[in-house]
Amino acid sequence: MDVNRRRLLVLLPAAAVAWKFVLAGTPEGAPNFKLTEHWWAMLIDLPKCIGCGSCVRACSAENDVPDGYFRTWVERYHVADWKIERPDVESPDGGKESFPPSDIGGKNFFVPKLCNHCADSPCTQVCPVGATFVTPDGVVLVDKTYCLGCRYCVQACPYGCRFINPKTNTAEKCSLCYHRITKGLTTACCEVCPTGARQLADLKNPKDPIHEYLKTHTVQVLKPHMATGAKVFYNGMDGSVR
Amino acid sequence: MVIALVVFVGLRAAVVPKTFGQYGHYRGAAIAEIAARPIAYAGHEVCEGCHTDVVDQKKLGRHVVVPCEACHGAQAKHADDPAAVKPPKLDTAVLCARCHEANTAKPKNFPQVVTADHSSGIACDTCHRPHRPKIEDAADNKKPTTEAKK
Repeated sequence: MDVNRRRLLVLLPAAAVAWKFVLAGTPEGAPNFKLTEHWWAMLIDLPKCIGCGSCVRACSAENDVPDGYFRTWVERYHVADWKIERPDVESPDGGKESFPPSDIGGKNFFVPKLCNHCADSPCTQVCPVGATFVTPDGVVLVDKTYCLGCRYCVQACPYGCRFINPKTNTAEKCSLCYHRITKGLTTACCEVCPTGARQLADLKNPKDPIHEYLKTHTVQVLKPHMATGAKVFYNGMDGSVR
Repeated sequence: MVIALVVFVGLRAAVVPKTFGQYGHYRGAAIAEIAARPIAYAGHEVCEGCHTDVVDQKKLGRHVVVPCEACHGAQAKHADDPAAVKPPKLDTAVLCARCHEANTAKPKNFPQVVTADHSSGIACDTCHRPHRPKIEDAADNKKPTTEAKK
């Protein structure tokens, strides 16, 4: 192939981008973990969720989340027969200590929520300093030593998954327990879920059971019309869930 | 012009972190820093390595699927130094109710009770053994299962 000046100008940027992916290798903190070999996601099987709050408590303990703030939380939906488009949603203390008994009629169910680790995340796009980013293995993280606390990302997240940590005054959110999954463990919320309603998934691992599950079940993501590339998949999700 | 360019490049090199741009428009070292944080939950495989008698008991009942730290809380420190760090004693009246208190939002096939009617405030572990909750043999159910194998 003849390489003239025009072709070279096209090829050089492409080669630079390719070289960046080659460099995306091993983070120092996890010597046996290759960033580009994973693409993390989560599966939430709603018919299995009992609203016990184990995930919320585990997340708080694992990640030192301040009281009154949540990286993950559980919502209880009440969908009355005549109110399907306007369900009542409650999450007392994030569902941390489970939910009080309820004898309201209609349809009732629990929905755990967390950062959706979007592939095209609005929160990373608005960060003015590059303090929040999508890692090469698909996890949206916050660099708290670099975050200004400007709150743009808090407003940009369509799922309400971010908050400003009152101790550090920086943005905070679910890190998909990045310090655990890079060590070969599952997330704290998945670890403690007593019914297996939450499962960590690696979409790049061909042996991960998620692939068979996605083939055989009807799963959805939250707010698909936002085109965020959300990677938290919900099985059995009612149409009233927002 | 050249001096301004040199000053700009010098200032940029001084201000921008070394690993900024390593993987994208962010500080590449942040990934390793976040990954290096210590864990709080050891994981059930670690617990099962020592508490084999509990594993045997759990296999006989429906709590076989319940991970250890769902009830016992974060135990990585205990796993690191079992002699120095002891897990706290649990209050079954609170703990069991979190999962088994009746609620219309729970799956219909999940075992639920109205605790006020079911036990009248008596602690659950008076009758049920947490690792094997079905009451089958009263004498067998009294045996403790919480000591780790030496």
